[in-house]
Amino acid sequence: MYDNPLTKRQTLTQEVKFSARGVNVFYGDSHAIKGVDVDIEDKTVTAFIGPSGCGKSTFLRCLNRMNDTIDVCRVEGRITLDGEDIYDPRVDPVQLRARVGMVFQKPNPFPKSIYDNVAYGPKIHGMARSRAELDEIVERALRRGAIWDEVKDRLDAPGTGLSGGQQQRLCIARAVATEPEVLLMDEPCSALDPIATAQVEELIDELRQDYSVVIVTHSMQQAARVSQKTAFFHLGNLVEFGETGQIFTNPRDPRTESYITGRIG
Amino acid sequence: MPDRHIVKSYDRDLEAIQALIMKMGGMVETAILEASQSLENRDEELAERVRANDSAVDELEERVNEEAARMLALRQPSAGDLRTVLTVMKISANLERVGDYAKNMAKRTGVLLQMAPIDGSSGAIRRMSMAVGGMLKDALDAYIQRDAELAEDVRLRDHEVDQMYNALFREFLTFMMEDPRNITACMHLHFIAKNIERMGDHVTSIAEQVIYLVTGEMPEDDRPKADRTAIEAPKV
Repeated sequence: MYDNPLTKRQTLTQEVKFSARGVNVFYGDSHAIKGVDVDIEDKTVTAFIGPSGCGKSTFLRCLNRMNDTIDVCRVEGRITLDGEDIYDPRVDPVQLRARVGMVFQKPNPFPKSIYDNVAYGPKIHGMARSRAELDEIVERALRRGAIWDEVKDRLDAPGTGLSGGQQQRLCIARAVATEPEVLLMDEPCSALDPIATAQVEELIDELRQDYSVVIVTHSMQQAARVSQKTAFFHLGNLVEFGETGQIFTNPRDPRTESYITGRIG
Repeated sequence: MPDRHIVKSYDRDLEAIQALIMKMGGMVETAILEASQSLENRDEELAERVRANDSAVDELEERVNEEAARMLALRQPSAGDLRTVLTVMKISANLERVGDYAKNMAKRTGVLLQMAPIDGSSGAIRRMSMAVGGMLKDALDAYIQRDAELAEDVRLRDHEVDQMYNALFREFLTFMMEDPRNITACMHLHFIAKNIERMGDHVTSIAEQVIYLVTGEMPEDDRPKADRTAIEAPKV
């Protein structure tokens, strides 16, 4: 009668963006990530869920080498972006982070104008040759961040003067301004009210047309709402990775079931 | 699932809604049994009681639906919890239908008691009722114990009920051909037999819900069906 369940989250492509094999992360002596293998697809929202300290944020930070900034952190294994090893010594982490943007838990606009917040990245990466071109990039990014209509008349106002939800969408606009291929989001809605959360979730769904989005969230309902693929982390292990509908209706691993149904795992 | 929820009231809600199902199941089991007893013992009072009791089953079904809707809205259940709420809704609908069939049996019994009995028929109907009653009991046990194997066994037993129905179908046909004065009673008896056969189908559907609840998947293979009366003319 039909080929796919109505609620089956279709991914736009099966193309693998990130591929991780045998990834281990240590903070000094503590073993934070234990042998994780996972493929993250392009044009797909992948959610990482799991209890606090399970390693989901640590693993997310491996994907744009944010862990490089922590001295005691050691990453083993192989992570490739479009087949290229991102931990290859020849890779410039700054260039990598332009391809793999990040949005954080707390909106953190620069203490600059709305315009400059978005223009900063494209400027330092030399993406615009003229002011007109830069204007265009800024407008496109703000539109993608679904905030253009709210700020177009006050681009010179400080970004910190916006509401929390607007600030977060400004940060998303800032992240997409450098035309990244992947967007990493670490609890992007945990400081937002339900309306702002819904706006960001709608935005995430739109961004999926162009990007691979990886989101870490404590809200399982949010993971269920926005993602096509869900990965459950527990004690540093990737316990289960699968289609979001399957994870939330019929998880294969009892630890996943215990966690998502709110039982003691 | 041995673990308890961190939020204890969630467990209480889930237990309460399942208790409603068990209560409904018990009432429907009794209704099947008493309906066939009233026919066999020509007990008009009992038949009347079965008819009257059905409204309580209907009320319970409504209650289950309301509680399930509240659970979905307030707790957003997932995985096994979600399957529990979904199966509770379907099982209560199945039980309500079985209750209706028992009520209809009792109604027809009221009419049949005004006519001469047809030899041997009430015993055969009682055996059929007991088979379905036993299936229902096992299906409810399988539900509460999360026993997919027992549920599968129930599902396969529906075959026997279908065969009993086929045999009765032929028997009533013979009676009616022998003596047209039997037609009215045999028509009612046939409807009763058909009702019990349909009860078996609803109980089978309950068993399938148990399998879904436990495994997360509906049984795929077609179960054997023995009711051929709709497909071929009987050889009398």
